[in-house]
Amino acid sequence: MTVATAVRSETSSAREGLAAIFMVAAIGIGIVALTGHVQASALHDAAHDVRHATGFPCH
Amino acid sequence: MLSKLLTSALFAGSAAGLIAALLQLVFVQPVLLHAELYESGALVHFGAEPVSALQDLPGFEPVRDGLSIVFTMLIYSGYAMILVGLMALAQSRGAPINGRSGLLWGLAGFVAAHLAPGFTLAPEVPGVAAADVGARQIWWAATVAAAAAAMWLIGFGRGLPAWLAAAVLLLAPHLIGAPEPDVFTGPVPTEIGALFAARALGVGMAAWALLGVFSGYFWARESADDAGLGQQA
Repeated sequence: MTVATAVRSETSSAREGLAAIFMVAAIGIGIVALTGHVQASALHDAAHDVRHATGFPCH
Repeated sequence: MLSKLLTSALFAGSAAGLIAALLQLVFVQPVLLHAELYESGALVHFGAEPVSALQDLPGFEPVRDGLSIVFTMLIYSGYAMILVGLMALAQSRGAPINGRSGLLWGLAGFVAAHLAPGFTLAPEVPGVAAADVGARQIWWAATVAAAAAAMWLIGFGRGLPAWLAAAVLLLAPHLIGAPEPDVFTGPVPTEIGALFAARALGVGMAAWALLGVFSGYFWARESADDAGLGQQA
């Protein structure tokens, strides 16, 4: 493996790592938004006590 | 790498979420149920008759409390995904990640996601007077994002400019102010509201401390597997 290809594969794996980090954080934000903040009444009622106990604005 | 991130986050989030849910059921839920007696009008604060501070409250309700356990585990799994993602980012830039350093991450997460918004929008007991929920959610999200950025700057920033920026990010949402109600109409005794906020913050701190420790521990294991494979290959 030449230095150039080693550097190239390192940067491409770093880029893949960044993409994975971005993905997992985005999924996490989606879950917190859905469970903690969406006001659809079924979700709101099911999560009501947790939203209060976790300090989210509830209703 | 995505599957390793997700695996670590799900383990850490479910474990911390389960413990958080049990702590909430023991310490927060009775205060919430007590407040609901005033919210529904079953009890009247400063009514004609003095009301006993000791009330018979319902015990464990399988459907309602079961849903609470599931949703608490979901919320902390969501938080764990953000936390483990940021841990992996810091690790790639040379920060040590393990269960012990995870404790600091967890406490920083508590400050960002719970204490910072709660400093102005205190955890609300049911029945409290409050401004429009959409406006409060926008303020909440902006405050959490600003405080999280501040925690990163305090942890990894170098020198005075980074710390000054962190101070501005921490203070600005509270100096600007959150959406507040026009009038106070809450029927719940202030003693119950204060106890609720204190209990919610205390349980939140315990849950985030555990979330940080578990996230650091599981991510250290998962990423060590990775390094081990790399050495073999």
